[in-house]
Amino acid sequence: MKILEIKNLCKSFGKTSVLKDVNFSMEEGEVVSVIGASGSGKTTLLRCINFLERADKGQILLDGEVLFDGESEKRSSAKELRKKQRNFGLVFQDFNLFPQYNVIDNVMLAPKLLAKERPDFKSRKKEIYGEIEQTARELLERVGLSEKLSNYPCELSGGQKQRVSIARALALKPRVLFFDEPTSALDPELTGEILKVIRKLAAEHITMVIVTHEIDFASNVSDKVIFMADGIVVEEGPPSAVIENPQNERTRSFLQKLNEK
Amino acid sequence: MFIQVTLSLLEGFGMTLKIFLLTLALALPLGLIISFGSMTRVRPIRWLVRTFIWVIRGTPLMLQLIVIYYGPGLIAAWAAVRGGNAVMDMIAAWTVPERFGAVIIAFVINYACYFSEIYRGGIEAIPKGQMEAGQVLGMKRPQIFFRVVLLQVIKHIVPPMSNEIITLVKDTSLARIIMVYEIIWNAQKFIKSDGLLWPLFYTGAYYLLFCGVLTLLFGYIEKRLDYFK
Repeated sequence: MKILEIKNLCKSFGKTSVLKDVNFSMEEGEVVSVIGASGSGKTTLLRCINFLERADKGQILLDGEVLFDGESEKRSSAKELRKKQRNFGLVFQDFNLFPQYNVIDNVMLAPKLLAKERPDFKSRKKEIYGEIEQTARELLERVGLSEKLSNYPCELSGGQKQRVSIARALALKPRVLFFDEPTSALDPELTGEILKVIRKLAAEHITMVIVTHEIDFASNVSDKVIFMADGIVVEEGPPSAVIENPQNERTRSFLQKLNEK
Repeated sequence: MFIQVTLSLLEGFGMTLKIFLLTLALALPLGLIISFGSMTRVRPIRWLVRTFIWVIRGTPLMLQLIVIYYGPGLIAAWAAVRGGNAVMDMIAAWTVPERFGAVIIAFVINYACYFSEIYRGGIEAIPKGQMEAGQVLGMKRPQIFFRVVLLQVIKHIVPPMSNEIITLVKDTSLARIIMVYEIIWNAQKFIKSDGLLWPLFYTGAYYLLFCGVLTLLFGYIEKRLDYFK
């Protein structure tokens, strides 16, 4: 069964329609890269799936079950929305770490708040917090930041901040992890460390959708590449097809332009 | 004489301090509520609150003191001339019997409006990404406000807040306009009773000293919040 299915997703801001009928699906454990020029709707697509924007039309299905349906009149309550949101994780382009918390607290904050809603929280508080801290330490070790647990975000490099934000997203064990141009705010020499972490996660079969401009990276990390232009999916398929051997004229000219740089 | 003046001024400064602390304690939370009102998506409320802020910030605090203290009495007098009616009687009955109460009401409303604008500036300066990060991490709205946004807002507003709070220390002297015996009042007494002018200037030392303490305190708070950017 498909883990994530997007059907006929549409979104406009005022008169500008940003997504026009976007369709795609992915299997559990797959890595999908979304490429395309600025303004093609990649980020909006991610924001709609993560419920940061409300799509106007279309459906989002998780494990075959409808998570969002633009047609249905009823809007989700804040509580339902929060529950749906938790299926996904999102790594932002500009990190959005919480500046007043140190590295490990950034990772632990959301799980700790969430734990308060567990029925056994009061009786097992210490144990639960212990588990959360254990998980956070492991995650930070996985992204290579064991030495920085008590540092504050302002003391970290961009690459380190982004690695913390990846650990923070993973701490809630999302079904699908989304990346919104995770290396675009970084100095060129720092992109490597982020790509390395994502590759590692791909090897561990974490289901991921990555919006990126790093074509080489997309081509060797992903199972599937989606090329978007003007709010539609122009071409999709394995990297060997979309990137090595594009069929559509627009894909070809986009890749050509990137090569010329 | 010097000791007598010092003690009398100290007594007056006690009243100054009382106005100052009570105003702070009430205006700080009220200002936050007003700032939410001025940022709400509900347009009529936002419009109403912003108009209110405009009126309060657009008129002198001295005038507001007079209106709140003498206003109800004047309405009563005006109603009595006209023979009175039930509604007017009701408004007239709602008088502020005590000078001190009137001072606190006027100061709290006035300062809450100024504080609300400082809060609004501080809240709007927080990048939207902070709220969004909280949202995608499954936090509730109050959790995002109290756990993520608030401390960042406080860090942003310490400098403008300290400015406003130091102004409040000196604004308390306006209370003498409706005969609340704060420090300036007590100093002026000596002009009439003993022909002494210097106690009035001596009050400056009290203000200076107290503002100095506040400056140190705000400096300390700023330093304590220096650990993050």
